[in-house]
Parts: sequence; structure tokens; C-alpha cells
Amino acid sequence: MSEQNTNLSEFIPDVPEHAGFHKVVLELGVANHPGVMSHICGLFARRAFNVEGILCMPVGGGDTSRIWLLIFEDERLEKMIKQVEKLEDVLYVTKHDGEHPVFGRLDEFFQ
Amino acid sequence: MMQMTGADLIVKLLERQGITTIAGVPGGAALPMYDALSKSEQIHHVLCRHEQGAGFIAQGMARVSGRPEVCLASSGPGATNLVTAIADAKLDSIPMIALTGQVPLSMIGTDAFQEVDTYGLTIPITKHNFLVRSAKDLLSVVPSAFRIAMSDRPGPVLIDVPKDVQNQMVSFEEYPDVVVPDAAPVFDIAAIEEAAKMIEAAERPVLYLGGGVIHSGAAHMAVTLAEQASLPTTMTLMALGAMPMDHPLSLGMLGMHGARYTNYVLEEADLLICVGARFDDRAIGKTAEFCPNAKIIHIDIDRSELHKVKNANVAIAGDVGQVLSELLPRIKPQLRKRWLSHVESLKSRFPLAMPGVDDPRSPYGLIHAVANCLDDSAIITSDVGQHQMWVAQAYPFRRSRQWLNSGGLGTMGFGFPAAIGAALAAPDRTVVCFSGDGSLKMNIQEMATAAQEDVNVKIVLFNNQSLGLVHQQQSMFYGKRIMASRYERPTDFLKIAEGFGMRAVDLDPAANPRAVLAEALQTRGPCLIHATIDPNEFVYPMVPPGAANSEMIG
Repeated sequence: MSEQNTNLSEFIPDVPEHAGFHKVVLELGVANHPGVMSHICGLFARRAFNVEGILCMPVGGGDTSRIWLLIFEDERLEKMIKQVEKLEDVLYVTKHDGEHPVFGRLDEFFQ
Repeated sequence: MMQMTGADLIVKLLERQGITTIAGVPGGAALPMYDALSKSEQIHHVLCRHEQGAGFIAQGMARVSGRPEVCLASSGPGATNLVTAIADAKLDSIPMIALTGQVPLSMIGTDAFQEVDTYGLTIPITKHNFLVRSAKDLLSVVPSAFRIAMSDRPGPVLIDVPKDVQNQMVSFEEYPDVVVPDAAPVFDIAAIEEAAKMIEAAERPVLYLGGGVIHSGAAHMAVTLAEQASLPTTMTLMALGAMPMDHPLSLGMLGMHGARYTNYVLEEADLLICVGARFDDRAIGKTAEFCPNAKIIHIDIDRSELHKVKNANVAIAGDVGQVLSELLPRIKPQLRKRWLSHVESLKSRFPLAMPGVDDPRSPYGLIHAVANCLDDSAIITSDVGQHQMWVAQAYPFRRSRQWLNSGGLGTMGFGFPAAIGAALAAPDRTVVCFSGDGSLKMNIQEMATAAQEDVNVKIVLFNNQSLGLVHQQQSMFYGKRIMASRYERPTDFLKIAEGFGMRAVDLDPAANPRAVLAEALQTRGPCLIHATIDPNEFVYPMVPPGAANSEMIG
């Protein structure tokens, strides 16, 4: 048996191209306590999913926060959103298009 | 009004949650919790020899009982030693609570003695984790941890408790309620009806069961579905036992080391009904070529698994048991004589070959000899490697939770401490751990724990003085260049076991190995059963990693 196997090899798949060019804005409602941001950013980072912009402020009485993420559209985005929704501290996720004004007026701080 | 320290409160909340056994290793930052445990009359603490052993003992208990079990460690190295067992629980969806001590709040971030960022380290390997900043928070954190660990798709939850929080006094009116799992997600009945129609219309359907069937306690319903609709049924490594291996509809395990006929049947399927499985690469091989002609019905409690690897025609996010109980009354009984007789002919043409099955000195023969000494009440664990695959192929599993093994993470060193945990959770059962010499050495120190607890655990050691599966892959795929997979010096496992206070028997010199084996398995208490295995015995069939399941070797 072993003789005939000498030409076999493992198949290691290539890394597919992921990122597109269209921007998307995600709005997240989250519980407001230390560590929530690392849960969310870690989820993107370990899938090599680049986050272009982040805004976060507490809302209402401070028990919850809202996080805005600016990212490039990616074929994995829908799967990514499902993973974010699974996080215990994430209350909701809403997807907006990249023209959403929340990041618009920030440009002047990054000149 | 009640008043107590954070540590006492933790122990009280664990007791209220029904915990009777905790596995752990003490250390400086966990001392207040250990002091509180000394006052508990309900909780038996199992002192492990390494925190990873404690993590796998807790897992073994949880895999048998189906409810969250607890392991405990100190800060720094105590916590980092737990990491592998936590990650393993995450990948196999095992409910577990890991409690760790932490340096006092004021010293966090100062590189204090035995300080490590346990919270940060465990983010990607837990279902959720907590760093407790005030003793009163424990009133909500501990119940939440249990609720999260056992709700929906189960998983591990870590609670990191700084030493000053453990010592802090907390006053409260009453204990929080004992928590039960959240209600499972509501699913769409229209999708169930659609699925029933697809099953009725299919000519060559296959039922594909995963670990979710075990977690949901739905094995009997899955078998009923198979019988009612005449569905040939394959199981993942995690689902073995859901359908008895000797059931006429059973195709056994699929994937990298599945029987040839199993993978051929899947190749011909026109409908795949995936229940509580996640299309893992070791099960499905090359994604695009798995069940190339099949429509897919996918049932899973975790919405993020649906359409993750394969797009499903009908996807139902719900508890497997609840979904099946809605689906069953909608299934019209069918005989499917043509498909079943075709499956039968594939099975007789391409069966699982088990060379040496009558020889107890060969891998398959030893597994069968062990099985012949036991009944279905025994619990079987395994480590990771060739022995694991041989057992998965050949052991006659016949019930849920009979088979415990590290599926997702593939952790060598899992089997023995998990077996100790299983024996602690089910003291009336015999627990057998199939292991290899590579795997066993990775948590061999727990022999002392097994001897101390006098658990009814038998290690059946397949000793080939190799990392067998690495050796096999180097032989098959790397031009027989054997690199770092042979142990040059033999280890005397019998002396090691005896040194730890465990009985040991050797099948090698025995004139009648079956008799020695039977005596060892039937004598209560921990025992090592040693057998030498030829390192050139390979696991067949084998799908090369990344290849399609139809490209089996052997």
C-alpha cells in the first residue's frame, strides 16, 4: 500500500482575495463596560478583516454604547455580521451604506 | 440581609447551581476561593496535578452530564495552563465554567507577580468572559455565566476574579434565582414544511448528524426520522453513538477516515439533511466536491453556522430536538427500496476494511477485544491520533454520551483527564480511555489524581513509540522522510503508572491477552493496560488533507 502513495501530497488551498472597494457602515448597540471593544475588534482582526474607522460613545444613561464601524464590503461580511451578533454584549447590528454621514464630518480631523 | 465575602458568595452560588465537584489547582491569587471551599459541605474539590488536567476533568464531567461543570485555577500560569482545555471546550461546544484568580484590582496592569491578562487571552476561546470588578457584581456574573454556558449552542465561560474582590464583603437581600437555559430560538414552520417536502421528493437522501444532536438530547428523534423516511445516516466524529453503529441505516462516520462506501454514498446523494453539524473540513474534505449533486437542508441552533461553509436550500435556526419534533409528524413513511439496496451494494463492495480484527495484538483487534468485555453502559474516551480514528471507525457505539473525544481542537492529552471527569460524574460506570504513547504523556501527571480519587478508569495504551498520525502523514505525503515523529528512547509506562500508584498490566508478554484484558477491565479502580502496536500500521482509508472525499487512499 505504502509504495503507491509516494507521489501523493497534501492540498493546501490558496488564500482567496477578500476585500472589495465599496465601503459599508455598521451600527452596533452594545453593553457599556470595559472589554466590549476588544471583543468586537478581536473578531474582525483574527479574520484579517480591516476596520477603517471606529466611533464609540455611551448613549442614554450610560448602560449602553453605540459603536460605528467603517469597513470595506467583503464577501464575508454577512457571515461576519452573524458572528458579531452572537457576542453576548452586542444588542443589535444595523448595516448602512458607506455614504452614511456619521463619518463624513470627521475628515477635517484627519487632514 | 446577608453579608459575606466575594469568595464565599462564589461558592454559595456554585452550590445553588447544583455543583458537587470542582477540579482545580490552588495558588496565591485563588487562596480566598480555596478558603471558602474548605467550608463547603456540598462541593468535593479534586486536586489536579496540572491546570490543563483540571480543565479536561471538568469537560469530562460536562460531556457526561450535559450541564456546565467547573474548573478552578490561580492567576498567571494557572490561567494560561487552562487555556488549551477552554479552547477545546469552545470548539466542541461543551458547557464549562472556568474560574480564575487574578492579582488585586489595584495591581492589574503593573506586571505584578503571576499577573497575566486572562480576560484578554480568553476572548477568542470562550463563549463569553468576565473580569469581576466588585464583589456585588458576582450576584449577576455567576448566574449569567451558567446561563450563557448552557443556552443555545453551549460553550465555555471564564470568570476572572481579582484577589481583593474575593476578599471584599458584600451585603444583599437574597440570592439570585438558580438559572436555567434560555428558550431556544423560534423557527419558521414554513421552512419545516418545505424541508418535509424536499425529503419526500428526494430519491437519494442522506441524513448527516453532528454533535448538536447529542447536545440537544435528540438522538432518538434523529433515529426515528431516519427510520420513518428510510434515510441512510452518517455521523460526524462528535455524533458517534447518536445512531447505533449496527443500525441497518447507519453509514458510520464520514470524512477523512470514513469508510469508502460512506463517502461514495454521500457523493451520490441528491439531498443532504444536516442536523447539528457544521461541515467541518475533516468531515467534508474539499468543500466544492462534497455532495456535489445534493440540495441541502441545514438545521442548527447557531445561526452563524447556516450558509457558513455550504449554502443551504432550506436553513432552520433552532434547537435540533424542537425542530425534529415539528418535522417528524410531517414526514410520510417511505421505503426507498431502490436507494437503500444501492447503498447496501456500495456497502458490500466498499466496506470498512478491518485487517487483524481477530488478533488482539493489532489495533482493530484490540478495540474489538475491549468492546467484547464491556456493555453499552461503559463510557469510552480517546486521545488524539491514530488510535482515536481506529476507535471511531471500529467501536460499536450505541448511545449518546458514550463516546467523548476532542473533535474540533484535536487536543492530545484530552482523553485521560476527560475519562477521570467522566468517572467522577458517573461513578457506577466503567470508563475506558483509548490513548497513544504520544497523547498519554501530555497529561500523564493526572495518573496521581486518578489514583487519589480511585476512579474506575482504564487506559488502553496503544504504544507504537511514535506520534503515529504524524508518522503516517510523513510516510504518505512527505516522501517517507520521518522527522521528529519517532521516539528514539522507549518509555516504561508500567513503571510510571506504578510510580503514581496506579495498577498496570502488560498485554505484550501475556499468553492470553484477552484474559488479561478482561480481568483488568472488570476489576474496579484505575488501571493502565499496555499494548505494543506496530508503528507501520496506518489508518485507512485516508483522504489527503484538502482533497475531495472521493480521493481516498487505501
